[in-house]
Amino acid sequence: MNPPLAQPLLEVRDLKVHFKVGQGALRRAKGWVRAVDGVSFSLAAGETLGLVGESGSGKSTLGRAVLRLLATNAGQIRFEGEDITHLEGDRLREKRRRFQIVFQDPIGSLNPSLTVGEIVAEPLRIHHLAPDREQRRNRVEDLLKAVGLGAGDAARYPHEFSGGQRQRIGIARALAVEPRLIVCDEPVSALDVSIQAQIVNLLKSLQAQFGIAYLFIAHDLAVVEHISQRIMVMYLGKIVECAEARSLCRQPRHPYTKALISAVPRIGGESADRVVLSGDVPSPLELPAGCRFHPRCPFAEARCRVEEPPLREISPGHTAACWLVE
Amino acid sequence: MPLLEIDNLSICFHPSATRVVEGFSLRVAAGEAVALVGESGCGKSVTALSIARLVPSPPAVYVSGEIRVAGRDTLKMPPAQLRQIRGGTVSYIFQEPSAALNPVMRIGNQIRELLRLHQPQWDTPAEVIRLLESVGIPAPATRARQYAHELSGGMQQRVMIAMALASRPKLLVADEPTTALDATIQAQILDLLDDLRKRLGMSLLLITHNLGIAGRIAPRIAVMYAGQMVEEGPSERLLARPAHPYSQGLLESAPRLGRDTPSLKAIPGQVPRGDDMPVGCRFHPRCAQAQPDCAQTAPALISVGDRWLARCPYARRANES
Repeated sequence: MNPPLAQPLLEVRDLKVHFKVGQGALRRAKGWVRAVDGVSFSLAAGETLGLVGESGSGKSTLGRAVLRLLATNAGQIRFEGEDITHLEGDRLREKRRRFQIVFQDPIGSLNPSLTVGEIVAEPLRIHHLAPDREQRRNRVEDLLKAVGLGAGDAARYPHEFSGGQRQRIGIARALAVEPRLIVCDEPVSALDVSIQAQIVNLLKSLQAQFGIAYLFIAHDLAVVEHISQRIMVMYLGKIVECAEARSLCRQPRHPYTKALISAVPRIGGESADRVVLSGDVPSPLELPAGCRFHPRCPFAEARCRVEEPPLREISPGHTAACWLVE
Repeated sequence: MPLLEIDNLSICFHPSATRVVEGFSLRVAAGEAVALVGESGCGKSVTALSIARLVPSPPAVYVSGEIRVAGRDTLKMPPAQLRQIRGGTVSYIFQEPSAALNPVMRIGNQIRELLRLHQPQWDTPAEVIRLLESVGIPAPATRARQYAHELSGGMQQRVMIAMALASRPKLLVADEPTTALDATIQAQILDLLDDLRKRLGMSLLLITHNLGIAGRIAPRIAVMYAGQMVEEGPSERLLARPAHPYSQGLLESAPRLGRDTPSLKAIPGQVPRGDDMPVGCRFHPRCAQAQPDCAQTAPALISVGDRWLARCPYARRANES
């Protein structure tokens, strides 16, 4: 992996997030879902790191865990050099100003009984950023303008807006506290194609303007390739490949990444070496032994069924977790 | 005679007079695959559902038009005949298999129910197994005894397809069949649909918002915008050089894997709402190539090439450079 020259904005070491799955009246532990199972990565200031994976891969859990929205079981999260893994109370709240999240479902994440102005002003109020009302109103107007909405929209309610506009409101709210990092959790998946492009372009221009770093979580590889400098691929709680966006999409090394890429329906012909997977993603409650991908891998060998491959560098800046990659 | 002929179909929803589908015509030949592409609210699902008159009236008002399945107009059919069409001659599969399957009935019994209704001579456990096998479900005998929640999303969609095939349909309408599925599973289901169509010789009408999926499955694509068909043509040429400005916009707004696009060309503005349809061309407020007369005259479909139509007087012709 290319170590960023300066200190990374976000550094995650061997992070684990496990959920207990209970059963019966006493909720005895039936098993553990290892949603994030030893993930390490770093993110530079102003960089966009894409995170792709299918449902159940743990990508949303990872996104939430690094923002301290979920309890972690092991590992370390460093933000601007400071260990925030165990921060609590006011100190955590203060840090939260620096990192925000934008969700997939713009209507589910906006309070329907507040006006757009109140929604965007709420973080300002919580973090005491614009103490008097006049200041707050001006700031809200600026934020709405920055995301392409009108100042007059502040008095309207979320239901009066279309999906794309609602996503703009969610972005304005995240921007309010001038964060250094925004975790974008499937921010365009619920939007129509023509509107998706508007939001992707908006996110890119805001990054250029304010130097925000994004952890961009999505399942649409084409969108992720377009917006990210680097991409990580997650499968059943582990990173299986990580590289610069272009080389990951054009020269994928891990069989799972190859399959993901060949599964993208293309306009103008299929890719030459199509890897089609059989079977489903296994239940995270019963993880396969050895490499977690081996039951679906068309190239699996004896070793893959027994020994778990580590994530290792296969060329400068390109890591993959597969025994068969030279 | 084409298997499906939709002629000049217009639908509105009481009490609004806005036609959510307007002057829509489409033909699907026996054994042919056609994709109907458009964004949410464009009327593609309403059009697809109306083939078996599945949009209840009221509130829907079938203002005009004819829908003929194998020569018989479903809009004028008595209920008893319509029941033979629904899930019989025309079968449907939908986006959310978990919502379409009965949660308290075993998979096998759900398939038997369809057989009893549409193919009573085949109402046997062996036929259930054969259907499950034909859609690539491993251990079909075990699966037949299971309930929907015991199956993954991809397996549930396979079961839906098996149910749709039980009646030996002539036309399968697949409404966003892979939208709720993961990428690798989506690829499996698309391959399966394509393979079944070829193997069984049935027609396939695929409803999707994704041009890539449309091109992969169907040799012919129809693009809808705000209730109207705006372009219809052969997939390969249409995707390479779309004629209508909306199709061009759709194609350019989506990033493509492995291609450098410094910035995406978004279509400005939003899809118009039903109660606020623009006068003239319905796309003109968002169209980069709009001319003054686009705001006044509603354009008609014109021929822009061989078996290729576009609803725009300024559409790019196939032989133009």
